[in-house]
Amino acid sequence: MPQISAVGNTLVLAGEITAATVPRLQKELSHVLRQKKVSHLDASGIARMDSAGVAFWEELVLKLSKRGPLTIQPASEEIRGVLDSFRSLDLEDVPRPREPGWLERIGGSVVDFWSSFKDSLYLASDVFYWSIVGIWDRHAARKGSLAHQCIVLGQTALPIVGLLSFIVGFIISLQGAIPLRDLGGGHYLANILAFGMVNELAPLFTAIIVAGRSGSAIASEIATMKVTEELDALRMMALNPVRYVVVPKFHALTLMMPLLVTFSILLGELGGAIIALGYLGISPEVFISRSVSVLGLSDFLITYAKSIVFAWLIVIIGAHYGFRVAGGAEGVGRSTTSSVVASILAVIIADAVFSLLYL
Amino acid sequence: MKNPEPVISLRNLEARYGEVSIIKDINLDILPGEISIILGGSGSGKTTLLKNILRLEEPWSGSVKYWGEEVVGMDELRFEDILRKIGVVFQGGALLNSISVFENVAIPLEQHTHLSPSAIERMVRVKLNLVRLAYAMYQFPAELSGGMKKRVALARALALDPQILFCDEPTAGLDPLTAAALDDLLLDLRAKLKMTIVVVTHDLASIHRLADRVFFIDGQSLLFSGTLGEAKASGIPAIETFFRSGRYG
Ligand SMILES: Nc1ncnc2c1ncn2[C@@H]1O[C@H](COP(=O)(O)OP(=O)(O)O)[C@@H](O)[C@H]1O
Ligand SMILES: [Mg+2]
Repeated sequence: MPQISAVGNTLVLAGEITAATVPRLQKELSHVLRQKKVSHLDASGIARMDSAGVAFWEELVLKLSKRGPLTIQPASEEIRGVLDSFRSLDLEDVPRPREPGWLERIGGSVVDFWSSFKDSLYLASDVFYWSIVGIWDRHAARKGSLAHQCIVLGQTALPIVGLLSFIVGFIISLQGAIPLRDLGGGHYLANILAFGMVNELAPLFTAIIVAGRSGSAIASEIATMKVTEELDALRMMALNPVRYVVVPKFHALTLMMPLLVTFSILLGELGGAIIALGYLGISPEVFISRSVSVLGLSDFLITYAKSIVFAWLIVIIGAHYGFRVAGGAEGVGRSTTSSVVASILAVIIADAVFSLLYL
Repeated sequence: MKNPEPVISLRNLEARYGEVSIIKDINLDILPGEISIILGGSGSGKTTLLKNILRLEEPWSGSVKYWGEEVVGMDELRFEDILRKIGVVFQGGALLNSISVFENVAIPLEQHTHLSPSAIERMVRVKLNLVRLAYAMYQFPAELSGGMKKRVALARALALDPQILFCDEPTAGLDPLTAAALDDLLLDLRAKLKMTIVVVTHDLASIHRLADRVFFIDGQSLLFSGTLGEAKASGIPAIETFFRSGRYG
């Protein structure tokens, strides 16, 4: 049974001073100290002590000796051994890493963003260089890696791109059909939908889906390779990680993105055609001919150019976050998340720039 | 002289993964205040034995007693009371990666005691200092080497001042100087705190420094158990080879 008692100006500690009893002793102690002035500490009755007991003892001694002169009746030899094992009084202080202030954090994130941006540009130039070299010099590429990447990054996105585009085309037409009919312009539905799908919706939606699916896959694959030292191993085999890992993905997505966008346009139109037929009684032939009539070659050229730029942004940003991962398995998750956020943002900004250029 | 009451005793323990029997007929007693060494070739089932003693894997058959109390089949909550008196250092360290070294060691204290934050901080610093890693207190596991992770894991295992400490190959991956310091720490813990320690290791130097008793696992069962001196004089070829050359078989 642990106890703490004050006799005259002597504080007596006795019994077990362990993690289980310290919280209670702490309370009793503050009670005793409020009433008495202690100048002598008797530890000879302590029967057992663990590291929590030692911490309690040391804090007590520090506190009492700050108040005035203190003499100590030492504990038994056994307890002194424990006190010695868990002694913390002469440990060097390890400075706690300073938390940055808010101004510093804002500044830090600006600097971070800027260096991240510069790194991405360097990476982009590397990727472009090696991807052009890689077109002529197929010798360095693994056999079948392009086809494999086309399947992994492109084909597996087909169902979700198709489904989403169909729903978007369907809903926009549904929302637009009634007011257009009331205004007596129901047959304009085809024009509006075709123009919107081709110029804006198909490339943007496809890019966002691909950024979420394939961009995150790129980031997590490269980040995992980095934390498991696979990238270092590649380097030591004199293989360039950009050329070996990133370029096949770059080629694959450059090829697949226009195909996905085309697919998206077709399914969006299908959704619209169903509404046009059902609500407005516009036959499919009329719907198609009206759709085609509003679109010129330049619309398609710009859309495909745009979608290829989106593909490049997604691959480069995914790879960038993969390469700059820090902090083990924990870090892989973090850089994957960041890469998705950054690439969706980049895609939307690029889309806005295109809109301004070709208004 | 009468032997003291064993802290852990195993009777006819058999451990399996699926249908495959890994070890069987294990009978051994871990005595209080002793350092017991579990020896055996790679893949002989040492980690499996530890996991079964700790009930991370449920023993296939046989009995495991802590302080005379049967734990095979005991309900989880009661077993947790026993777990609080046990510290374990896993083979790979098994630190929590998302929190700092300091927090890794502080976690059991915060969860299982009602100590004040200042006392907890003091205790964490002491435990990290024991493994000579106080300087790495605010770093994260990903920033540590393999040997450092293992030492943090030891500090964490010691957080609650366990009565029994299990270490799975604690010195593997450490340089000889750090390994010797770690052995000295284990000896100190036993001497001053009467801690009972079970160590899996192949390190001959460690075995000579630490062993009170050795258990030699070979061919699925316990080939030998006894003191270090008895082991060397046992006349069993596999064991003599090991102590002569540090190699198995
Ligand atoms: N989770 C598991 N499932 C199936 N077999 C396992 C598992 N873990 C270990 N083993 C097998 O059990 C045997 C003993 O493994 P282990 O206890 O880890 O050996 P040691 O620690 O002595 O090197 C090995 O043959 C290993 O293949
Ligand atoms: Mg093992």
